[in-house]
Amino acid sequence: MIGNDPTPPGAAGSTLLDVAELSKRFPLRRGGFFGGGHTPMVHAVDDVSFTLARGETLGLVGESGCGKSTLVRLITRLTDPSSGSIRFGQRELAALPAKAFARDADRARIQIVFQDAGESINPRFTAADAIADPLRKLKGVTGADLKAKVEEAAALCGLPLELLDRFPHQLSGGQRARVGIARAIATRPDLLVLDEPTAALDVSVQVTILQLLVTLRETLGMSYVFVSHDLNVVRLLCDRVVVMYLGRIVEVGPASQVFANPLHPYTRGLVAAVPRLDGLRDDALRLAGDPRSPIDPDPNACRFHGRCPIGTDRCGTEMPALRRFAGGRQAACHYAEEPP
Amino acid sequence: MSAVLDVSDFSVEFRTRSGIVRALDRVAFTVGRGETMALVGESGSGKSVTAYALLGLLDAAGKITQGRAVLEGVDLTAASPGELARIRGKRAAMIFQNPRAALNPIRPIGQQIADVLRRHAGLSKRDAMAGAIDMLRQVGIPDPARRASAYPFELSGGMCQRVMIAIAVATRPALLIADEPTTGLDVTTQAVVMDIVAKLASETGMATILITHDLALAAERSARIAVMHAGHIVEDAATKTLLANPRHPYTRRLLAATPTAAGALSALRSIPGNLPDLRRDDLPPCRFAARCDRRLPGCDAGLVWRDIAPAQRIACWNPT
Repeated sequence: MIGNDPTPPGAAGSTLLDVAELSKRFPLRRGGFFGGGHTPMVHAVDDVSFTLARGETLGLVGESGCGKSTLVRLITRLTDPSSGSIRFGQRELAALPAKAFARDADRARIQIVFQDAGESINPRFTAADAIADPLRKLKGVTGADLKAKVEEAAALCGLPLELLDRFPHQLSGGQRARVGIARAIATRPDLLVLDEPTAALDVSVQVTILQLLVTLRETLGMSYVFVSHDLNVVRLLCDRVVVMYLGRIVEVGPASQVFANPLHPYTRGLVAAVPRLDGLRDDALRLAGDPRSPIDPDPNACRFHGRCPIGTDRCGTEMPALRRFAGGRQAACHYAEEPP
Repeated sequence: MSAVLDVSDFSVEFRTRSGIVRALDRVAFTVGRGETMALVGESGSGKSVTAYALLGLLDAAGKITQGRAVLEGVDLTAASPGELARIRGKRAAMIFQNPRAALNPIRPIGQQIADVLRRHAGLSKRDAMAGAIDMLRQVGIPDPARRASAYPFELSGGMCQRVMIAIAVATRPALLIADEPTTGLDVTTQAVVMDIVAKLASETGMATILITHDLALAAERSARIAVMHAGHIVEDAATKTLLANPRHPYTRRLLAATPTAAGALSALRSIPGNLPDLRRDDLPPCRFAARCDRRLPGCDAGLVWRDIAPAQRIACWNPT
C-alpha cells in the first residue's frame, strides 16, 4: 500500500534505501514495415539490488554507459522504473509516477547535487534565489523565515553571505559547487545523491568540497550516494562501493577492500587503469576493447564475456549471480574466488 | 640527447578590455627526441596557452612579447604565418581535449586523415587513403578499411581520440603536443589511448608534451614534469625526483592536495588563497608568494630560476 504520509524518521543505522531487482529498459523505436512485433530494448539498468544504511556513503562507479546516471535518476525518482522496488524508509516509491513524486512530501528528502553547478543552476537566479527555490517549492517557506533558512544553508556550506546576491557566472567554480550543495541540503534531505560533484574542480578546490561533504554528513546526519569517475575520491569518501558494468552490478563491498583486493575481473581492470604516482602500472590487467551493446543483451551470458581476460565458455551460457563473500562483499563472477 | 624543442624566456600577453593579462612569463624548457615531458598545473596556470602560443594558434588578442621557441633549428616565434602553417601538422602536431569537437563532424574520418597526408606529404588521393587506413590500424581501430568511412558521431569518445592521434602523427611529426588528451574519457580508455601515444612516440622518436591537470597521469606517462602556476614554470624536474623530493612550495602543496596516494581524506590539504589576478600591473615577482608559507623578504625583490640539483630547476629562494 502506498501511503501519502511522509515516512517517519527511523533509527540511526537502519536501512534508509532498499533497492531490489530494479530495472529500466528504454524502447528503441524502429519505424517502418519491418518493425515487426518486437521492439529492441536498451537495458540501461538490469536487476539491480543494493541497500544504503542511514549515515552511510555509497560510491557508484563504472564506465560511461554502464547505467550509473539512469540508476541515479531512478532512485531520485526523476524517471520511472520498468520493474523492481525502491523502498525509502518504510515507503515503497517505485510505483509512484515521477510526475506525482515531484509534488510529494518525500521529494524534499531525496535531493541531488549535479556535476557542474554552473550549468545546473538557472543563470538568471542569484545564489540566494537558487538556494531558496527548493525551500519555497517543496516546503512552502516564505518571507523572513525563507531568508533565514537560505542564510543558514549558505553558512553550513561555507558560502559567505555577501556572495548570495551574485549570479552563477560571478562565482568561482568552488563557490558554485557550494551553491549547488547548499540548495540540495536546504530542505534537510535524508538522502543526498552526488553526481560527480567535483569533476570540474581543480584538486586544491576539490579537497575543500570533499571535506565539506564529510562535515555536512556528520552534522546533518545524511546518507550519500556518490557517483564518480575518480576511483581515488571514491576510495577516500565512501564506506561501500557498487561497481556497475553494462547495467548490472558486478561487485559490491567495503570501499577499502574492493580497491585493495577486487574480486571481479572487471573491477581488477578498472582499478589497474587508475594512474598511480609511484608509476607502478600493472599492464597485465589492461582492459582492451569496448563494452558490448546494451540493446537486447543475451540474458544467459555474462555482460563482461568477450572482454573478460579470464572468461570461459561457461560465461557465455550462464549469467553469473551476484554471490556473497566474506566481509560483506558481493561479486557476480563464476571465478571470483580464483586469484588474479 | 639533442633538443627537438628549445623554449627560452617565452612570454605571452593578452590585451583585454579590462587590462593586459600576463599569461606566460619567461617560460623555458626543452624536450628531447623520444622524450615525454608533462606540463602540469591547475586551471589558469598557462599550460594550454603555452601549447597554443608555440604553434602560433593564439587568437588576435594574444601576443608573444619575448623569447624564443626553436623547433628543429627553426625559431617559431620568428616564423611567418605561412611557415607556421607548413610546420603545423607536419613537424609539430597537437591533439586536443574533447576530440569529437575537434574533428570535422561532416567528413568521414578516413578522409580527415588523408587530408593531412595529401597536404603535408604530397600523396595522391589513392595513396593518402591507403595511408589513412594504415594509420587507423596503427592506432588500434578494428576493421580500419571499413571504419575509414565512418563519421565522428558513429564512434565512441575513445575511438575519436584515436582518430585525432592518427591525424596528428600521420606525417611523423618531431613534436606532439597532447592537451588533456584523455580528460573526459574513462580510465580504462585513458590507459589504452596513452599506450598508443607511448607506442608511436617510441617507434618514431617523436618528442611529446603531455598537458594535464592530473599529476598521477603525468607521473605514470612522462620522464619529466614541469609544474606551472600563474604563468610561471615553478619547478621542472625528472619525474622521480619531483615526486620524491619536490622543492618548490607549490609543487609540495599540489601533491598534498592530490587524492591518489592519500590514505584518508583528512590527510589531504587544500592550497590556501587563489591565483593572483594576472591583469595587475603590480604583479609580485613570485606569483605564488601571497599563498606561500615560506615567503622571505627577498621574494619581493625578484624571481630567479636556478638548478638546485641535477635535472631539477626551481623558481624559489626558500625551497622546501
